[in-house]
Order: sequence, then C-alpha cells, then structure tokens
Amino acid sequence: MAASTADLSAAFLMTPVATADWLVVLPPAWCILAGAVLLMLRKSLHLQAWLAVPALAILVVLDGLLLSHVLANGPVTMVMGRWLPPFGIAFTADLTGVLFALAGAVVALAGAVYAIADIDGSGRRYGFYPFLLLLMAGVSGAFLTGDIFNLYVWFEVLLIASFGLITLGSEPRQIDGAIKYAFLNLIATTLFLATTGYLYGIFGTLNMADIALKAAAGRDSLPLMTLATLYLLAFGMKAAAFPVNFWLPASYHTPRIVVAALFAGLLTKVGIYALLRTLIMLFPVEREELSFVIALAGAATMIVGALGALGQSDVRRVLGYVVISGIGIMLAGLSLGSPGGVGGAIFYALHSMVVMTALYMAAGLMGRLAGSFDLNRLGGLYGRSALFSGLSLVLFFAASGLPPFSGFWPKVMVAKAALDIGAWWLVAAVFLTGFLVTIALGRVFALAYWRPAPEALPATAIPASLLLPLAALTALTVVFGLFPDALLSTIQAAAQGLSDPSAYIGSVFPGGT
Amino acid sequence: MNTLIFRTVAPFLTALMVLFSLFVLLRGHNEPGGGFIGGLIAVSALAIFGIANGILAVRRALWFHPMAISAFGLFIACLAGLMSIFFAVPFMTGLWITPVILGVEIPLSSVMLFDTGVYLVVVGSITSIALALEAGDDA
Amino acid sequence: MMEFPFALLVGLFFAAAVYLMLSKFLVRVLLGVVLLGNGVNLLIFTNGRILREVPPIIPDGHDVPTMLTANPLPQALILTAIVISFSFFAFLLVLVYRAYQDLGTDNGNEMRAAEPENDPLPPTGY
Repeated sequence: MAASTADLSAAFLMTPVATADWLVVLPPAWCILAGAVLLMLRKSLHLQAWLAVPALAILVVLDGLLLSHVLANGPVTMVMGRWLPPFGIAFTADLTGVLFALAGAVVALAGAVYAIADIDGSGRRYGFYPFLLLLMAGVSGAFLTGDIFNLYVWFEVLLIASFGLITLGSEPRQIDGAIKYAFLNLIATTLFLATTGYLYGIFGTLNMADIALKAAAGRDSLPLMTLATLYLLAFGMKAAAFPVNFWLPASYHTPRIVVAALFAGLLTKVGIYALLRTLIMLFPVEREELSFVIALAGAATMIVGALGALGQSDVRRVLGYVVISGIGIMLAGLSLGSPGGVGGAIFYALHSMVVMTALYMAAGLMGRLAGSFDLNRLGGLYGRSALFSGLSLVLFFAASGLPPFSGFWPKVMVAKAALDIGAWWLVAAVFLTGFLVTIALGRVFALAYWRPAPEALPATAIPASLLLPLAALTALTVVFGLFPDALLSTIQAAAQGLSDPSAYIGSVFPGGT
Repeated sequence: MNTLIFRTVAPFLTALMVLFSLFVLLRGHNEPGGGFIGGLIAVSALAIFGIANGILAVRRALWFHPMAISAFGLFIACLAGLMSIFFAVPFMTGLWITPVILGVEIPLSSVMLFDTGVYLVVVGSITSIALALEAGDDA
Repeated sequence: MMEFPFALLVGLFFAAAVYLMLSKFLVRVLLGVVLLGNGVNLLIFTNGRILREVPPIIPDGHDVPTMLTANPLPQALILTAIVISFSFFAFLLVLVYRAYQDLGTDNGNEMRAAEPENDPLPPTGY
C-alpha cells in the first residue's frame, strides 16, 4: 500500500489522532478483550470472578474518564479505519451516551460482585462471566456508537450474550422463559434492521450526525414519518412498552437472580436510549407529531405495570412489572420532548438502572433467607436482618418515587414538563402509578418483612459479597436523591445536546460540511 | 453414515477441505474469499469428520475446546484493531509491514490478523453449535 | 424499474413470515423468523438501488476503480445481517430442540412452565 499514487486525503484522515480520543472505543473493545480471555479460561473456575471483577472495575474507570473528557471538551468522535465521516463507522460519545454507559458499567460491576456467591460452579463453567463481559461490550457499544447500522450490530451482540445468560442453568422454566424472550426480541431487532434498510434507501448514509443533517435539510420531501413510527415500534418493543411488553413478565423471573438483576438494569434501558437517540435527535419534528401516541403508550405502560405489580404473588414477577411501570414514565418524558421531559426520561433511566438491579438483588436475598419468592409464604425477614430490611425499604421507596430518594426528581421533572403544556392527564397517570407502586411494594414489605415467619426458618447468614453490592447501589440512590444538583445540571446539558445536536454534528464533521 | 468407504475417505477429505479453507482465508484480502467463508469451509470439513467418526473424534482432533478457539479468534481480532493506538491512527486502521524472508517479500498486515481472528471465531462457534446439534441426536 | 418486482417480493416474504409467526408451533415460528430475516435482507438490497454496474473490485495496478461500479455497502450490510441471523437461527434451533426435549411440546400455548396457569393471587390480608 506504500506505493499509493492517488490523493487519499479526500477519503482518509491525515492528521494523527489524540490518545484521549481512544477513550471512545476502549469501553467496548476492552470488554471484548476481557470476555475473550475469560472464555479461554473457562475451565479455571476460581479465576473467573477474580478476573471479571477487576475487568469491570477498569470499565467503570474508562467510562468515568470518558465522562470527564466529554464534560470538558464536548462530544468526542473516532471513525474506524482512518476513513473520514460519513464513510467509516463512527463512534461518537456525547453526554447522554456516556452517562448511560457509566451507569451500565457500575451496575455490571455490582452484578459481578453479587454473582461471586450467587452463581455456582456449574453456572461459571457454562460461562457466566464471559457472557457478562460480552453483554457489557454490546451495551457500551450501543451507547457509544454514532452509526445506526453499528447500533444494530451492538444490539445483536448484547442479545446473543443475553441469550447465553438467560438459559444459564437450563431448567425447564428457564427454557420456557428464554423461548419467549428470544423470539420476541429477535423480531424486534429484525424490525429495527428493516427500518434501517429503509433509512439507508432514503438518506444513503448511516452515520447519525449525517442523518440528522440530511433530515433537517430535506424534511418536506422525505418519508420521515414512516421511519420515526417504525423506530418507535421496534425500540418500544425492546423497551417493553405497552402494548408490546409481554415478553418481559414472561421471562424476567426465570433466570438466575443476578441475571434478572442485570437484565432489569440494562436491557430495557438500551431500548429507551435508542428511542431518545432516534426520536429526539434524528426525527424531532416527527416525534412532535407522534407525541400523543407516545404519551398514551407511556401512560398505559405505567398503569399496566403498576396494576400487574399489584396482582402478582411472586416477588420477582412483581419487580418485572415495576420495571415496566418505570418504562412508562420514561416514555412520558420522551413524548413531551421539552428539555425538562427528556431530562426527566434520562434521569429516570439512570435511576432505574441502579434501583431495579438493586431490587432484584434484594429479591435474591429474600429468596435465600426465606427459601421462597412467594408472598404467601414469605415472612419474618425483619427479624432476620434489620440492616437488609432497611436497605430494602429505601429501595422500595426509591422505586415508588418517594422523596428523598433518586426516583423522586425525574418524576417531578416529567410532571412539571407535562403541566407546562397542560397535559394534566399525564401528570395524573404519573402520580397514580407512584401511588399504586407504593402499595404494591409496601405490601411486599409488610408481608415479607414485618409479618412473623409462617414456618421456622433455617438460620442462614448473608454473605458480605451479596450485601455489599446491594448496599453500594442503595447508597447511590440515596446520594443522588439528597444531592441531585450536579447530576441534574449534567442531565440538563445532556438533554440539551440531544435536542440541539450541533455539538454532536460538529464533533463528527470538525471542518463543517 | 457407517459405510467403510465414507469412513476411509473422510479424514483425507477433511484435511483437503481445511487446507482449502486456509487458502480461501489468505487470498481473501484482494480477491473473493476471507475469514468468514474460509471458516465456514473449515466447519463443513469438521462436520464431515464428525459424521464419519463421531463427535468425540472431532473434539480430540481439535485439541482445544471450540469455544476457546472462538475466544482466541475474538481476542486477536480485537488486538489487531487496538494495535493502531501505537501509530496515532484511529481504531482498526490497516497497518502493513513487508519483511523479506528468504529473499521473498511477504506483506503482513493487521488486516490479515483480523481476518484470521474472524476465521477462528467462525470455526469455533459454528463447530460448537454443530457438535451440540449432533450430540442431541444421540440423546 | 427493477425495484417494483423486488418490492412485491419483499412484501410476499413479510406476509409469509407473519403468517408463519402467528402459528402456535415453535418450529413454524422459527421458520417465520428466518423468512422475515431474508425478507429484510432483500429489502436492504433493493433499498441500495439495483444497478447494472460492474462489481466494485479495483483492478490490478490501480488505487481507485476505473469505471462506475455497483454500490458495495448494501452487500456489506446484508452480509453482516446474514451472519447474525444465521447464528441466531442456529441458537434458536438448539433452544427449540431443548424445549421440545424438556417441556415435551413445541406448542407455545402449552408452554406454561414459567407462568403456571393457576398462579395464586397474593394474600389480601396481613
């Protein structure tokens, strides 16, 4: 290639790349490397956790460094293989993407620590930790990529890793849950791919910054409404929005508890992130047209989730419906489209990642202490461990959106943004949901913790490696509930960056177009 | 498939197909071919061997677990992309060296390393699925 | 105007896929998913415009194509999608087979291991 005669500067980046820009690609690349090493060492069961936990700690550090870089310098872009955008596959990290990636890494680290005691030898031999790292590669890649087809590829990476995780153990009920999860998610991603095919046919480009530019320029003549609606359906299905939410309650209670915790924290939020990216950044005018539909879907998702949580006797299924009700609040924020609404959706997504993971971890401890997940049989947990009960109560309040925990602020933001445009019915739905979820989770507390144990429980100690991640995540929700100022201003900036993507576009096309 | 002819021919056929898969892998840089299609040819070779001599024979012949092969491929493919961090060019930029070995100029590149990684990923993962499906028949 | 028959064909693929996916038997649903994937691949191919140009291969001794070539990007996208859908097909095939072995049925309506039919309600009193 050295004997090249043509002028390559029209296609290739000729200036050297700053080492700091590598932070954009390192999170997914690091996860793939670490996951591959763990997969090669699958037989060394004792090594797995000792390698995976530091690897995920490094991922948290990388995402943290990327966040500080983006906070200081604005969005960062790197295009694979030295191609100039829009030809190469671009990785672009803006504030929204980095916030999601960092929260995801923190949740995964907590899950990896929890799994030390929760995943036994056979689960490790089957490859829990390699799958976890591949899942994180998919999740980080999806949050940081700036190319819509590449987003599809990362969706598939995280999907195949999640298939491996959900079938861990291979009990009949897990296979049943996995079948429903796998088929419906595969149909959703295929729909996403079909929409991306249409998008390519319309724009002739797949780079998100380029799409945003071309959509703004040719809004009157292009069939963008079709694209926006199809993306809403495809990503709505991934996010478990009503009426395409049925795969979630059918599958989230079947896998190992730590797998369920990671799924509840990570997977639906990737769908929400993709909705934010496409509907707010790429097709804002079309989102405005669709806003009533999205708001209705959001309100229905909230109420259906809250009612479903009231009607279940298995704690894990209660939590599955609580996840769905949270998705409804994010959709409501998305439908409003104002900085307050979008900021509320982002904040609620980050809050939900942390709190839902912690809640599933708490459910795992309930099952371990009381030997059951059934509300008809649970009881006496307060007598077993006052500390664990206190942590659980904080999490229940946070998930219900009660102050002073982190679930309160995003709900206030969404409600205020809804009141600003006079959508009182949406505000009513948000508060009704908060009320119903408080009842559902309050009942779990009353029955499982306060009620005397129906039968004498065997004495089981709580291993520190199970309590530690739970306590750490609970501490996060308390801290961000009590001191939300720094996070709020960051999230406002992130929402601003989505609504007005000129900084994002400027980072992809530094010289202008 | 327990015929004598098939069982006698299968090892030779397998060897020939694996060799051909390597040829397809290496010619893939400038002509049709490459890691993915080469890997699929190698998997078909192993599948033929498995049909003739059983799954255990394939596992013995591979020496490493198929998933470990796949993981190694993933590892070197990712490494091939990360090498460019030392040359101040973006991720996955092709890097070339042409050492002269025994008087012959041999162009080596990170692209080829990446393609070899893809080859190993395909061989490992599809073989493990094929073996799982073949094992399912016996159970 | 080669696009029109291709568009019809894509529609046919989607219709057949939806019909199969509405079945209660998992094997048919699986075949429907495979058909849907193929329909989407054809859709991307059609969306990349169908032209009668030469393949995008640069001749020996040149750095750039010497004449107008076909658009290689849709083919790269389809190849990626084929690889992915192929691996998902293989995984789902194993999964459906395991489900048939463990649950004794491939009828989706009878798969109630994860959601039992008479799940008790939560207690209404303390």
